[in-house]
Amino acid sequence: MADQFLVLIVLFPLFVGLLIPIIAYFNKSVVWPLAILSLIGSFWAVFNTATQLLKLDPSSSISYYLGNWMAPFGIEYVVDRFNIMVLFAIICVSLLTTIFAKQVIEKELGDNAANFYSLFLLFITGLLGITITGDAFNLYVLLEIASLTSYGLIALGRGRALVATFNYLIMGSMGACFYLLGVGYLFIKTGTLNMDQLYDVLPLLFDSKAVLVGFVFIILGMWVKMAFFPLHSWLPNAYSLAPTAAACLMAPLMTKVSVYVMIRFMLNVFSTEYVYSVLTINNIIVIMSSIAIIAGSIYALSQKNLKKMLTFIIVAEIGYMVGGVWTGHVDGIRGAIYHITADAFMTLCLFMAVGCIVYRVGNDKLESLKGIFKKMPITMICFLVGGFSVIGIPPTCGFFSKWYLISGAFNSGAWYFIIALIISSLINAVLFFRIIEIGFFGAMSNEKPDYKSLQSIKFNEVPINMWLPLVIVSMILIILGIYTNEIMTNFILNIVPMM
Amino acid sequence: MTIVSNLPIYAMLVSFLTIFPIIIFGKNQNVREVFTFIAAFTKLYILFNLAKFVLDGNVVVCKLIQVLSFISIDFKVDGFGMLLAIVASSLWIVTSLYSIGYMRSLKEHAQTRYFCCFALALSATMGVAFSANLLTMYLFYELLSLSTYPLVTHNQDQDARTGGRKYLTYLLGTSIGLVLPAMIITYNLTGTLSFNEMGIFGNSIQIGTLTILLIMYLFGFAKAGLLPFHSWLPGAMVAPTPVSSLLHAVAVVKVGVFCIVRILTQIFGINLLSSTHLGTIVCVIAGLTVLVSSLVAISQDNLKRLLAFSTIGQLGYIVLAAGVASKLSVTGSMLHISMHAFGKITLFFCAGAIYVATGKKYISQMVGIGRRMPFTMVAFFIGSLSIIGLPLAGGFLSKWYMVLGTLDVGKSWVMVIYLISSFLNVAYFFPIIYKAFFCTDNESLFPNEIKEAPLAALLPPLVTASITVALFIFPDIFLNLAKIVVGVN
Repeated sequence: MADQFLVLIVLFPLFVGLLIPIIAYFNKSVVWPLAILSLIGSFWAVFNTATQLLKLDPSSSISYYLGNWMAPFGIEYVVDRFNIMVLFAIICVSLLTTIFAKQVIEKELGDNAANFYSLFLLFITGLLGITITGDAFNLYVLLEIASLTSYGLIALGRGRALVATFNYLIMGSMGACFYLLGVGYLFIKTGTLNMDQLYDVLPLLFDSKAVLVGFVFIILGMWVKMAFFPLHSWLPNAYSLAPTAAACLMAPLMTKVSVYVMIRFMLNVFSTEYVYSVLTINNIIVIMSSIAIIAGSIYALSQKNLKKMLTFIIVAEIGYMVGGVWTGHVDGIRGAIYHITADAFMTLCLFMAVGCIVYRVGNDKLESLKGIFKKMPITMICFLVGGFSVIGIPPTCGFFSKWYLISGAFNSGAWYFIIALIISSLINAVLFFRIIEIGFFGAMSNEKPDYKSLQSIKFNEVPINMWLPLVIVSMILIILGIYTNEIMTNFILNIVPMM
Repeated sequence: MTIVSNLPIYAMLVSFLTIFPIIIFGKNQNVREVFTFIAAFTKLYILFNLAKFVLDGNVVVCKLIQVLSFISIDFKVDGFGMLLAIVASSLWIVTSLYSIGYMRSLKEHAQTRYFCCFALALSATMGVAFSANLLTMYLFYELLSLSTYPLVTHNQDQDARTGGRKYLTYLLGTSIGLVLPAMIITYNLTGTLSFNEMGIFGNSIQIGTLTILLIMYLFGFAKAGLLPFHSWLPGAMVAPTPVSSLLHAVAVVKVGVFCIVRILTQIFGINLLSSTHLGTIVCVIAGLTVLVSSLVAISQDNLKRLLAFSTIGQLGYIVLAAGVASKLSVTGSMLHISMHAFGKITLFFCAGAIYVATGKKYISQMVGIGRRMPFTMVAFFIGSLSIIGLPLAGGFLSKWYMVLGTLDVGKSWVMVIYLISSFLNVAYFFPIIYKAFFCTDNESLFPNEIKEAPLAALLPPLVTASITVALFIFPDIFLNLAKIVVGVN
């Protein structure tokens, strides 16, 4: 039984996702509880896997061979201390979003709601699979599952969502193709698709041009998927026009999982020796990341629409992680890995809060935030915690990832990365305090505030199944921050070899 | 000796926990205020218990959470932290009384929010005072900036917004832009952030790096109002007077200088400052601040703005004395934190009392006011004596130590700054007092019917003024606390 948990993680949402259209034909009202149940099942499996894993020696992992076919022919599922953390983040985010999403989905989608849940669960299946698989080709398949369902989810959105979806579809397919080509090169040279075996064989082929091309394709493919500047152009429209529930799920997870895949390939397929010593491209990529961070922040500053602003913050955050990994110093890599989890929850917190605001106010323009503190105090306090985390104010987790990233940059001499991080924090501070100001004074920057008109605003908070997940997420942000040391010593310390 | 105890946590939490009853009883003013007082007195009681340990020469520590591999969120109570904590929390009691008088007679809105944020700000101040390392200090420093924003912008009008924007831009901008990187660099250079009497930088670090770090720290803690990062302070005077008085004469600005003095004495270390040119850099920056702000203060007509610039100058004194880096001057520097607090809060209370009773904000409108509000103006006189540093007020003692300290290490040019500045202080305070009392009946702008402010607004300045005088005669508690940290007998 014990090892079956690995495959159960993926199977719960997969089967329920496939069954939902049939069940919905008979009874629509059970769909939402069923989706939650399947995710609870998956959460239970992740939890059990984690407890098993923590009993083992820190560097060991648990494997599961699908259909009992051994590698390299069969597909291997592996859980180690790196992806268990990401799995936890994915399953928590999915579960909380599903609980949160009921009213939003009914309001925005009406009759389509049942199909939406189906895509929703399949998307989660894809992400869980990408994270858990130990097979490079299987990863591609699951990546396509996640991508195709996400095109569908975004296309259900409002306004110009179809155009945005098409844009994303073209870019996303190219990214996936790049990845596939890269894996193809590796397969030709090594004859295996299993990541562990690739790791063993590749050192003999470090001076091969084909391996280099394979590496570059894989990394480029992932950069498209994670929206690394300047390959980000699909992201802002896609995520801001998608249905609220879909945005809450995709924005925190899709990009972060792509970052996970990139780091996985760098550390556990190609090895740090290849990435940092054989190739000498660290500096260029850290410079690119610095530019990405600053560009993302500046774009965010110029938006008049909350969701759009948040999507550009994501672009900047991607720069944090890519830059952190490529600094090539342990602190930077650790910071980037920590930031995958931290940023998933940060983004979720912000998108959920905006979802609540949209649900009550009707749109996400900055001017509709006037006097919002009085109207929706719980939502706004959570939004602020999320904002403080993005700015990097202790004790939220955003501060500690920044701490590691800056340490990594300092120790590898990448001063431009430090400057970019600081500038981005300052711009984030401006972004969020602009919102605080509008909400607190009840007037835009060019209007005269008048607190008398604020008195008439009445308390009007969202239903409990919306604000409770939001409160939980904002508490997770603080708890993650406080237990940074535990997370580092129990999980991240063993992933990154000393260099 | 080191004592492990949870008392510092309780002292910090008391005011934080009062937020909940304040919100719950928000509708019932009297019950709500009772909770503020209960919390304030409990806090002071806990602090006096702690002070007993500290005065015996012990250090009280307690460990909260290990957040990074070599850094944790820790509390350590030594004399210096104790001094700030006692000053802030004893003045909280007086200010709460004053707030009630002020807020109710002006029928201010959102009083519940006001008292909540006040309590939160006090907790943050305790946190800074008791922090055992730079990270803990930074955490509570940021918390203080954020919790005081709603207080500064309490009026929620155009001025409040401008002031509030400036407030956050300066405070958050410098702390994120300068202190955060400086802290991480310090950690990577030394492997620790814990405060240590000897300083944490060894001999191996280049003087150039240290200079840059020093400057980042000095300007990064912009709450200390060093030039050119001072202009948030006059801007923040848009706040209601009780806020200005407690936060901008005591808690916020004192936290700023506290952080800087802590870093100068326990991150850099007195020896490092006096043996290199680092001390001189501090003296030059702080000296300029002292002189320029005193000159600007002379030209002010708005009383609260004048007090704000005077505060900037006095904060400069404190940093200057720490930069001189002799044991005596550092003692003076720490002592001045408490002495200036009591003096300056008296002045702010008086300014507020005048506003409540007459609605006047400008000095030119206050001719003859001493005849109508004699008690208030006598308190004002005592407060200004303390700021100038004349005998019979506590400020004299701290200035005495600071001046003696300069002679100790042969930095006599610093003494000249003190003297010039004292003259300038006289030049901006005495005309106000003179015009308030000595004018002919024709010149007096006040008809007979104006009376003293309500008792709740009048009593606090009288109390703090008497404490100011009392501190001249019995400075023992603060003096001993400062001496214990520095190690002077």
